Amino acid sequence: MSGRDVVLARIRRALADVPRGEGPSDPPVPRDYLRVHGSRTAGQNVDLLAENLAEYRAIVHRCGPGGLPVLIARLLAERGARSVVVPAGLEPGWLAGAEVTRVPDVPSATARELDAVDSVVTGCALAIAETGTIVLDAGPDQGRRRITLVPDHHICVVRVPGQVVSSVPEALPRLSPDRPLTWISGPSATSDIELDRVEGVHGPRTLEVILLAAG
Amino acid sequence: MSGSHLGMPAFPRAAAVSTRDSLLRANLAHATHTIRDKRARAVAELDDWAQLRAAGAAVKDRTLRHLDSYLEQLEESVIAAGGRVHWAADAEEANRIVTRLVRETGEREVVKVKSMATQEIGLNEALAEAGIRAYETDLAELIVQLGDDLPSHILVPAIHRNRSEIRDIFRREMGSWGRPAPDGLSDSPAELAEAARLHLREKFLTAKVGISGANFMVAESGTLVVVESEGNGRMCLTLPETLISVVGIEKTVPTWQDLEIFLQLLPRSSTAERMNPYTTTWTGTTDGDGPRTFHLVLLDNGRTDTLADTVGRQALRCIRCSACLNVCPVYERAGGHAYGSPYPGPIGAILTPQLRGIEGSLEASLPYASSLCGACYEVCPVAIDIPEVLVHLRERVVEGGPVTRRGTRTVLKPAKGHAAERAAMRAATWAFDHPGALRGGMRLASRTRRLHPRRLPGPGRAWSDSRELPAVPAESFRDWWRRTRGEQRPDGSSTEQRGGVK
Repeated sequence: MSGRDVVLARIRRALADVPRGEGPSDPPVPRDYLRVHGSRTAGQNVDLLAENLAEYRAIVHRCGPGGLPVLIARLLAERGARSVVVPAGLEPGWLAGAEVTRVPDVPSATARELDAVDSVVTGCALAIAETGTIVLDAGPDQGRRRITLVPDHHICVVRVPGQVVSSVPEALPRLSPDRPLTWISGPSATSDIELDRVEGVHGPRTLEVILLAAG
Repeated sequence: MSGSHLGMPAFPRAAAVSTRDSLLRANLAHATHTIRDKRARAVAELDDWAQLRAAGAAVKDRTLRHLDSYLEQLEESVIAAGGRVHWAADAEEANRIVTRLVRETGEREVVKVKSMATQEIGLNEALAEAGIRAYETDLAELIVQLGDDLPSHILVPAIHRNRSEIRDIFRREMGSWGRPAPDGLSDSPAELAEAARLHLREKFLTAKVGISGANFMVAESGTLVVVESEGNGRMCLTLPETLISVVGIEKTVPTWQDLEIFLQLLPRSSTAERMNPYTTTWTGTTDGDGPRTFHLVLLDNGRTDTLADTVGRQALRCIRCSACLNVCPVYERAGGHAYGSPYPGPIGAILTPQLRGIEGSLEASLPYASSLCGACYEVCPVAIDIPEVLVHLRERVVEGGPVTRRGTRTVLKPAKGHAAERAAMRAATWAFDHPGALRGGMRLASRTRRLHPRRLPGPGRAWSDSRELPAVPAESFRDWWRRTRGEQRPDGSSTEQRGGVK
């Protein structure tokens, strides 16, 4: 018997108490928990997102479409970034003001090459206000997962209020399990020393989130 | 190489040593109290915590009652998404599979994300025997590995170490594993985290094989989920060419939507955050992004035996948040090592004896490693009634009874060493059935109370090692009742004659 047959046979014997007619989705699951905690306007949702991101030490900026290239250029210059990874589908105008070397997100790039790049600029799939989370789904303006992982500085643009949902239950139906997802809530952190939170371990140690208002 | 938990002494013996370690007790008290208050605040933010908790328990119960169907569905989904699925009935089989898969890549080194399942099966030791070096990349696991130590907490395996101990371990050991600790490393947590970043960077950039566990597996989509903080998980899950995930079969949830429950319950219960810094989900392989080869190893190793026990089954709902450890008065004082397994604390006290069987002296002692105060049940995000299972397992130890071992039903004999307890219970049952004898016995006890010893003789000695014997009053309650109220009933009969206590 294969390992598979052994395990499945053991499970069936173990579940002798389950009535024969009961189907896999028959045992009831009460879903009377809230879809959203509290009631907020779209604007209040964006404020809450900003507040929660900041609490976990992300740096939050706000701007309109006209101000975005200038803001991104300033953030990169302030950090002294000379090179930036650029996802293939990032709006070209976003980096128009930045005097940096643009490193394309290509499959042949090695992790070591990415390690030598200063920053990365991406969009996102959505953001969750209640938890202060941005979600990347490897879409064209976000690129492969590793480009937002290896460089030490991540600038992420969230279109508000369009890309902001209230809660985790509102987020999941808008995300596809078929795409690789990265949920990011603040920069890399650890609680491993005396259960006290410290920011900055292996992921980008600086996370800047730009809340881009519609024009 | 960190050691294994095999051959550990029974809980009382280990705890007798660890409770005298004042540094350990101070470290644990500090860490558990810090997280306790934070968790309470994070949970209080959600008005629907009780409903989420009930839903989480119900989803897990639904999955467990039809685990065979959901695992077959999961397997099909993972394969359809480009992954390969392996089944391991026990630790040996899982280690054999993983060793073979690593060998097939031609690599001699792997990077690992913190995983309870691979701790449980002793994977690192098995790989080492095959000449493969496994690097732990979670900060706390790194501390344990460098210190040649054992994990003592589910979430923070190095919780028993304070910052200056960690600095000493880093200074002493990092050099022999790779990049040495920076000169003049202090004990500030930020500097220690930076030292870990530098030490592991090289490993991440060159690793070809990553090994992980998973927090959840979604049957309908074949998606795996890893919840983490540091980014070491993302490194191991996305940079290597080959990813091998070893996951207990009970980690399955039926649907993508079900994650909306657990992604709210888990972070708040474990690190007391609204959301942990990083969560990665992946479904099979993705062209040009992440590992080209993905293997899922589904692990039984005692889980089906646990499933066969209709009372103990609920332990398989556990999502490894460690909230029960952080509130447990016994864990706080005895420390994680006394539990003799990677699963310490209240959940370990019910999981270890079920996964391994209660025949061993350590396993038989674990259901007693509790005061039954119930704090663990209150904080459990999936409502595992740990005290109920503890009492159930105590009964199995004392009385014996039907159990399932490696898939085969068998009847366990009553454990040795509990003869006095059984005799006392039989005597009590008889006495309560015979009111006259009970009354006589109590009067005798009252009259001789000045002669009572402070500790029990014979087999009761151990019980009174850590307990005061109750003082016997001059008059029993039954006599007092009879004297003051017994004759006051309208019909003149005494309550006792009416059979009030039988």
